[in-house]
Parts: sequence; C-alpha cells; structure tokens
Amino acid sequence: MPLRLEPPATETALRRFTTAERWIHRTTAVLMGIALLTAAFLYLPALAELVGRRRLLVTVHEWSGLLLPLPLLAGLVSRAFRADLRRLNRFGTHDRRWLSAALRYRTVPRPAPAGKFNAGQKLYAAFVAGAVLVMLGTGLIMWFTHLTPLLWRTGATFVHDWLALVIGVLVAGHLWMASRDPEARRGLRTGWVARAWARREHPLWEKEESRESAADAADGEPHP
Amino acid sequence: MRKDGTGAPVGRRVVLGMLGLGAAGVAAGGYLQNGLDGFLASVTAKDPTGLSGLLPGGQGFRFYSVAASVPHRSDTDYRLTVDGLVDRPTTYTLAQLKAMRPTRLVRDVQCVTGWRVPHYAFTGVRLADLLAVVGVRPEAKALSFTCFDGVYSESLTLDQARRPDMLIAYEMDDKPVTAAHGGPVRLYAAPMYFYKSAKWLSGITVTDHVQPGYWEHYGYDVDAWVGRSNGRDDAPTS
Repeated sequence: MPLRLEPPATETALRRFTTAERWIHRTTAVLMGIALLTAAFLYLPALAELVGRRRLLVTVHEWSGLLLPLPLLAGLVSRAFRADLRRLNRFGTHDRRWLSAALRYRTVPRPAPAGKFNAGQKLYAAFVAGAVLVMLGTGLIMWFTHLTPLLWRTGATFVHDWLALVIGVLVAGHLWMASRDPEARRGLRTGWVARAWARREHPLWEKEESRESAADAADGEPHP
Repeated sequence: MRKDGTGAPVGRRVVLGMLGLGAAGVAAGGYLQNGLDGFLASVTAKDPTGLSGLLPGGQGFRFYSVAASVPHRSDTDYRLTVDGLVDRPTTYTLAQLKAMRPTRLVRDVQCVTGWRVPHYAFTGVRLADLLAVVGVRPEAKALSFTCFDGVYSESLTLDQARRPDMLIAYEMDDKPVTAAHGGPVRLYAAPMYFYKSAKWLSGITVTDHVQPGYWEHYGYDVDAWVGRSNGRDDAPTS
C-alpha cells in the first residue's frame, strides 16, 4: 500500500477510514453475508430442497444473526468510529438538499454537495441498524418458541420474512453501487481515497479536511 | 458552512421508527398475513414467471428438512415396517395401505415457528386402524416413528396415536404426497405442530415408553398440541 507510506500522499489522498472502522465493516459484511445466504437456503424452496440440513443451516443462521450487532458495539471504543456514527446520525441542511436533488435526479441530474457521507448513505446505515435490531427481536421470538404465544410467532415470521426480502434488495443495491465505484471500495480496503474523488463525491468533507490540514500546518504540527 | 455531524438526529429516528414498526408488525402480522395470503395466492395463480411464489406467504407450505437431500422412494419400492410390542409385526406396501379404509381430514396446518396453511386436506389410514390390525400388547405405551431420510424421528403416546385425527397419509390436497412433502407416505398428526407430522415415514415401533423425536432433543415439546402447548386455543387444527 504505497499510498499509506508516502508522506506527500496527503496532498493527493485523504484518510477516510481507520483500521478499526474497516474491520467493523468487514466483520459486519461477513456476518450479514452468512445470514443472507443461509436465509436463502432456508427460505427458497428450490435451494432448501437442494441442501436440506435444516438444523445446521438454522444454527449457522441464528448465530450469524446474534453476532451481527457485535462488531458495531465493539467498535464503539474507537473514537473515529464514534465520530463517523455521529456524522451518519445527524442530518444537516446539505443532506436535505442532497436528498431532494437525488429525488429530482431524472429531471436535474446534478448531485448536491455531500459531507463525508451523503444522505443516501446515512439513510442506508440507519436502515441497516434498525433492520438488524428488528430481525434480532423477531428471530429470537422464532428461535425460542416458548417465549411468546403462537399469534406473536406468526407476526414475527411475517415481519422477519418481509424485512429479509427488503434487506436482501437493499444489500444487493449496496453491492451494486460499490461495484461501480472502485475508489469507494479502495477507501474501505486501504483506508485512503484520492482527493480528487473526495472533491467530486464528498466535496464538503474534502473542504473540511483541507481546512483542518491547513490549520495543522499553521500550528506547525506534523501531519500523521 | 456548518460542520458535518450537526443537525437533526434523523438516523436515530429511523432506527426507533423501525423498532416501532417491527413491534406493530409482530402484533398485527398474524392478521396481515392472512389477508395477504389470499391476495398473493390470486397473484401467483396468474403469474407465469413463478417469481411471486417466492414472496413470503402465498405459497403456503415451506420446505423443511433436516436431511442432506430429498430422499426418493417409488410407490412400488415403498415399505412401512410396524414392529416392537405388537402381536403381528408386519411390513406394508403402499398398495396394502391404500387397500385399508381411507380417512380424509381437512384441517389447518400449523408450524411451530408461525406459518400456517389453512384448510388443507390429508388422506390416509388412521393410525388407530393400523394398530388394531397388528395388535398392540398390553405393556405398550408409545410409538416411535423412523423415516427413510435416515435422520428424522418422531414419537406419540399410544393414547395420542389412537385419536381419530392421526393419519398415515399418502395424499395431500387429494393428490399423491410428493417427495418434497415427504411422500410417498408421511405421518399427519393433525392437532399438533407440523414437526410431529414426520415426512418419509418408513417405520413404526411400539415401545413401553416415549422416545423423543428429532426436534424434541432440541427443546421442542414432545406433546406438541397446537391448542394446549405454547398458549393458544386452536379449534381449526383439532
């Protein structure tokens, strides 16, 4: 990873994610992948008839789902991750502008400037967080059949199945968008992105970072 | 320009909103699914791609099996062995089972995890009739069922097995039971959760005590009454 070693890299590259953040993303992605894959084999009749082995699949599915929130919770010790969670949570006026521009994309195909995360990414993050919690709750109702009356289990199955479908579609969209943006993928692989990419995709963040590095330079602090 | 990371906590609101919707869905899902099932069934009937059949509900049954693959046994190769504490241990062919007095039951099928198939027909031989033919010895207390998938097993007490709604079924929906549904012959324990209705039934052993079945080793009720275990009164299944 030459970009990380070269000192003048900061002029052409920006630090987007710390090592901790990249591992949070990786482990969450692996667990989500396992949960979705086992779900497909448990749920789609053609796949279920192909592999059977329901107890094994159920066990793997249950534990991948149970562990899914852990990377995020463990990641809370990272200051950088907490800062990014705050960015994801808060919606400023630029986010509203970005959203309304995205909704009018067909007529006016010009995106509004975004911060470190655009409003779409923020909504996706919030949706996944909420969805994991709802899936966890309904999954536990189906796992421990003695916890609740049967009518609740029918309701839990209803929510779990339909939400799984929505999650599957949105995760597929997430992967599709990543597949079209190698620089975004590099950000999650190496932690660094090209400044030009940041200026194009996340201009407010790029501006923020340049101001900070300018301030750092003025303070005479060595840049990391 | 204000720093990113200030403004309304929309992310938190989305998470909390989803938790609220999820809870409402659990509370109302049972009713919603019923309405949706009818709608989806009508869509699936007109859908040439079959894709709508993959949506939750609508298609009714879900395929559950603990074995590695769907075992196949032809109508002519099929055998059902009845042994243990009986006067006349017997092996039945499918033709012999079909020659016995058939019973047709229309009930709701209820899975322990929540899904339900309303008003579904099963046809077969009453377990009670079969037991009367082979003759149960006085010390017998229970039945142990084995399956030709090589993995699954089930159990019933003798009293449960003698109920008129316990069948050795060879037809579902008035058609031969398919391999995926556990054909050519499966158990149908109408008043109990559907895991009791063992697929691919190949053996019945009469025993002096209940030997818990496959899922019952993992915490499921041995006496799996839909009405009385897990807190529900359930007339349509019994």
